[in-house]
Amino acid sequence: MIEELREKVKKLLAGGDVELVIGWEKGSQPLSSTPVFIDSPEEADRLVFDSTCGNNPAVYSTKDARRLVKAGKKVGVVVKGCDARSLSLYVAEKQVKRDNIVIIGVPCRGVLDSDKVEELAGGREVLEYSEQDGKITVRGKDLDLTFDAKDVLSASCLACIYPDAKEYDIFIGEARDGKPNKEQNAAIDEFEKLSSEERWKRMEEIYSKCIRCYACRNVCPSCYCNECFVDQNDPQWIGKTPEITDTMIFHIIRNLHVAGRCVECGACERACPMGLDLLLLNRKAAREVEERFGYVTGIDSGEKPAMADFREDEKQNFIMG
Amino acid sequence: MKDWQPKILAILCNWCSYAGADLAGVSRIQYPPNIRVVRIPCSGRVDPLFIMKSLQSGFDGVLVSGCHPGDCHYLSGNYVARRRFAILKPLLEFIGIEPERVQFSWISAGEGERFAEVMTKVTNDVKKIGPAKRLVKGVQK
Ligand code: SF4
Ligand code: SF4
Ligand code: FES
Repeated sequence: MIEELREKVKKLLAGGDVELVIGWEKGSQPLSSTPVFIDSPEEADRLVFDSTCGNNPAVYSTKDARRLVKAGKKVGVVVKGCDARSLSLYVAEKQVKRDNIVIIGVPCRGVLDSDKVEELAGGREVLEYSEQDGKITVRGKDLDLTFDAKDVLSASCLACIYPDAKEYDIFIGEARDGKPNKEQNAAIDEFEKLSSEERWKRMEEIYSKCIRCYACRNVCPSCYCNECFVDQNDPQWIGKTPEITDTMIFHIIRNLHVAGRCVECGACERACPMGLDLLLLNRKAAREVEERFGYVTGIDSGEKPAMADFREDEKQNFIMG
Repeated sequence: MKDWQPKILAILCNWCSYAGADLAGVSRIQYPPNIRVVRIPCSGRVDPLFIMKSLQSGFDGVLVSGCHPGDCHYLSGNYVARRRFAILKPLLEFIGIEPERVQFSWISAGEGERFAEVMTKVTNDVKKIGPAKRLVKGVQK
């Protein structure tokens, strides 16, 4: 697979089809590959792809990449399913032109949740990582462990509905279709069975752990505002301390800002140092958007984003009669 | 507790619901005095943050009211707002905010009577569920 990817990228660059390709290369940490900008065929051998490629290369395809390429030239972006959804969203939101990118899909088997690996490694430092046929092996000093990939993959990946790009120019291998989101919906249904009071209690439990470091927002591919409402001082919408109501307002409003825009990559959950379950609310919003407006984020770059659109005859049963 | 009166924020569009309130006033139609009004240029101006901040600062209920669909002074402000509220509303209920706390309506400039009805209904709804505690800053639970 990786050879095929490198060959494709070499060809694209050598033939002048693209001036730059964004993908991943081996990082300085064994559990995390880093984004890389490849601009000549010789460099293409640096590309890697496996479960350590959690970073989303699509985020560099907009301003960063356009600065680097000559006018009219294209950028190739290597994408997992969720990254591809980001790209489609960026095109729909006019952050990048579809004609300016070449989407190179790769078959995703899920990305690591490094917290899970570290827990299984029992505090011993992981120095080497390898994977084969659904098994993952980590080695280090006094450490040589092999686990089933599903034990160390991100929760969001285990529930992923679009592991492979829906919209692409080139796919390495065979792209799988999306699948229904059973797990996600089950968790929402479970939660909705609770009474209003219990739900509120659960939410308070979840969000009282938040230290408002904003790592979730910073890592989110859909959060690209130049100035976030939480950083505004005039007016200052929310206080600066992790006081619970401020924290909850931050999360609810962020949730609304990514409603119909969240690509369910789970980057926020992986980035969170406090281990908050952040996707429950995101998925609830996504489900509402899908049920009410028939819109699924990042599937079709030609479709207007749900929250920027409307239909005159829409259901309005929540409005007083 | 017996004399508790809810405080309700009514966020009203200038071109319709606000004028509806005016009409109710000049027609001397009675409605509960629990309403505090904020006038906005269009329901499309309502950022969900306004609603969250109102609850946080101690309002027991929030009503947002704009022009009927098709009547927005800016043509589509209320359609875009409607999508926003359509997601906000179930989300607030999901996290455990009582549905009565945050409500939406369309009231035209000619509907003074209806304005009074809506205000009465919202006030009664909120009275039934009591003072807001969730999401209120500084409330000891
Ligand atoms: S909110 Fe979380 S899951 Fe959704 S796009 Fe942003 S980082 Fe990914
Ligand atoms: S990353 Fe986690 S702790 Fe930090 S602000 Fe987000 S939810 Fe809170
Ligand atoms: S002007 Fe009244 S809702 Fe837009």
